[in-house]
Amino acid sequence: MKNRWIALYVENQVGVLAKVSGLFSGKSYNLQSLTVGTTEDETVSRMTICVTSDDITFEQIKKQLNRMVEVIKVIDLTDVPIHMKEILFAKVLGINAAEKQEVFQIAQVFHVEVSDIGNDSVLLECKLTERRNNELIALLKSKFRRIEVVRGGAVAIESISTSCR
Amino acid sequence: MDITGRKLFVKALQEEGVDTIFGYPGGTVTDLFDELYKQDGIEVVLPRHEQGLIHEAEGYAKSTGKVGVCLVTSGPGATNIMTGLADAHYDNIPLVCFTGQVPLSLIGNDAFQEVDIVGMTRSITKYGVTVRRREDLGRIIKMAFHIASTGKPGPVLIDIPKDIQTATGPAEYPSSVQIRGYKPNDTVHVGQLKKAYKMLRGAKRPLILAGGGINIARANDKLLQFVEKTQIPVVTTIMGKGAIPTGHSLYIGNTGMHGKYAANMAVSKCDVLFSIGTRFNDRITGDLNEFAPKAKIIHIDVDTASISRNVVVDVPVVSDANLALEKLLEWAESKDTEKWQAQIAEWEKENPLEMRRDHGMTPQMIFEHVNRTFGDAIYVTDVGQHQMWATQYLELDSWHQLITSGGLGTMGFGLPAAIGAKIGNPEREVVCFSGDGGLQMNIQEMATAVVQGTPVIICLFNNYYLGMVRQMQQLFYGKRYEATCLRRRKTCPKNCKGPNAACPPYTPDFIALAKSYGAHGIRVEREEDIQAALDEARTYKDAPTIIEFMISTDEIVLPMVKGGNAMSEMILK
Repeated sequence: MKNRWIALYVENQVGVLAKVSGLFSGKSYNLQSLTVGTTEDETVSRMTICVTSDDITFEQIKKQLNRMVEVIKVIDLTDVPIHMKEILFAKVLGINAAEKQEVFQIAQVFHVEVSDIGNDSVLLECKLTERRNNELIALLKSKFRRIEVVRGGAVAIESISTSCR
Repeated sequence: MDITGRKLFVKALQEEGVDTIFGYPGGTVTDLFDELYKQDGIEVVLPRHEQGLIHEAEGYAKSTGKVGVCLVTSGPGATNIMTGLADAHYDNIPLVCFTGQVPLSLIGNDAFQEVDIVGMTRSITKYGVTVRRREDLGRIIKMAFHIASTGKPGPVLIDIPKDIQTATGPAEYPSSVQIRGYKPNDTVHVGQLKKAYKMLRGAKRPLILAGGGINIARANDKLLQFVEKTQIPVVTTIMGKGAIPTGHSLYIGNTGMHGKYAANMAVSKCDVLFSIGTRFNDRITGDLNEFAPKAKIIHIDVDTASISRNVVVDVPVVSDANLALEKLLEWAESKDTEKWQAQIAEWEKENPLEMRRDHGMTPQMIFEHVNRTFGDAIYVTDVGQHQMWATQYLELDSWHQLITSGGLGTMGFGLPAAIGAKIGNPEREVVCFSGDGGLQMNIQEMATAVVQGTPVIICLFNNYYLGMVRQMQQLFYGKRYEATCLRRRKTCPKNCKGPNAACPPYTPDFIALAKSYGAHGIRVEREEDIQAALDEARTYKDAPTIIEFMISTDEIVLPMVKGGNAMSEMILK
């Protein structure tokens, strides 16, 4: 079992997201994240899907996606150079001045932006890889009593000459 | 000049060459029915329930090779066809189903008879869509017929809001359609196929496993030629039965849960299994670790997703059965398989397929009479014990002789599917086999059969029980016959262990029921009367006949493999 990524081109139509996500629930595939948005061609949407599966199941997932009429193209991003980022907001709440300093330090080390601040809270805005975001959340959880997190799921695109995942 | 959606609907059906549609009216499709009233050439069949309707369309499609067309109203009309959609999806039957929908402006308002039928059926249709713009209607109908009938066939659902039906828009019905995400495979990888053939050539104990794909692709003649050229024995799945004539010397029988002993042994002992058009369903494989344990497996299927899903194969070939066999025929050479055939014959002798003959009328006897009586009839079954007996004992010699609900196992399929088959093939005899449980699930279609003038012959196997489940209770659940006795009443003792003199009468009286519908009914209790009943039923050309065969409750389907066990571990007696 390992994480794998798929870029999926689909028709930008009503119900296609439901059909794709329904495939994952209906066939008990383990979906980690799914993001979707339109592409340069507005009749086409592109999804970035992360699943956890073994080799055989992953092959089956790709085939099942491919046979959907609304699916235009399936690209396996698991073993190719890509750029992948995930947007994440993390709010750290109920902190004193010393703890605030600590949050700033963490922000510096992780190269994330402090995008809002109040008397006893700080908002971090992160565009990191999924794994780096996981690490950041783990660190914040271990240090502070209350955090609030929202994450967008990874988006990925094939590399030109460098890569980052 | 612009025309209304309802006019374009009829025009589209005409251009697709549709001659029959199965329709049940309702509030949101009255416009479409009104338009059908104004035309000739498309016959509208009115069933008595939408579930019957869609099974009729399935029987029609399966027996004619044409697309079955359904038209039902929104809400309950739409939800009532869901079982049939799932059935057609599983057994790859081409259907185009139109459902009415509330007007666009009311969608989402919980309007009267509104359901999200496209959402509900997403996983049981090949494609489904709500028409949201009048100008899309023509293209969507064209797409639907194309998608339903090409590649691996299946059901397509088109949901048409009432206001789209009356709105005006372009009059054109497109002659072709391009779908960028839908490219059914129409080639075969010759290198891969060659590799498969080489492997087969080199085998000592080669075996061909033919599935329903052969019948769908109508590759029967080519398969027969290939088999005769190479002298390789054949087993079939239930859906593949009839892939080659069952009387052929190289045909062993069905394999699987209720397959023949020799067929399951052949699968277990073969060294190359050449499978074509099967999805290796669990009823075929049993315990996957023990399936064809000695064999290299070749798998030809038109659907990539069917390959290496259940069984990991050695040589996958993505291809339509026809294309692959055409190519294989170019290479096919005779192979000496006599020793292997002798071994199979030995297994056949060890445990032949047969029922005891010393206590009354058995299902086998009925099928023997059927086999002697009907030349090129279309056989249709329901689901249950009688279905398994039919797949064991029926003799088939051409592709369209057996229609059965294989994947979904839909009780209630038999009678309506037989009516649909008869509507599509008025000149052929259609014989339906059903159980007393399954027949009652769509018994209202007797009326449809009578008004349509479709004299199907219904061989009803009445054993007073839901026999297939009773058989499991008998063998694996300590004879605790919970909820399987159809005679059971409140007055019966709690722990009944089977039929006895105190049992209440059976209801309904199928003979009286047949008569009340204006059909014919014959009850048969002894072997001596089987032939006369079949002969009499064949003389009725106006209305269907129920021949009620009174079968002993103790008859069970054997051999059998318990679910999840290895195919070689068969219960034989």
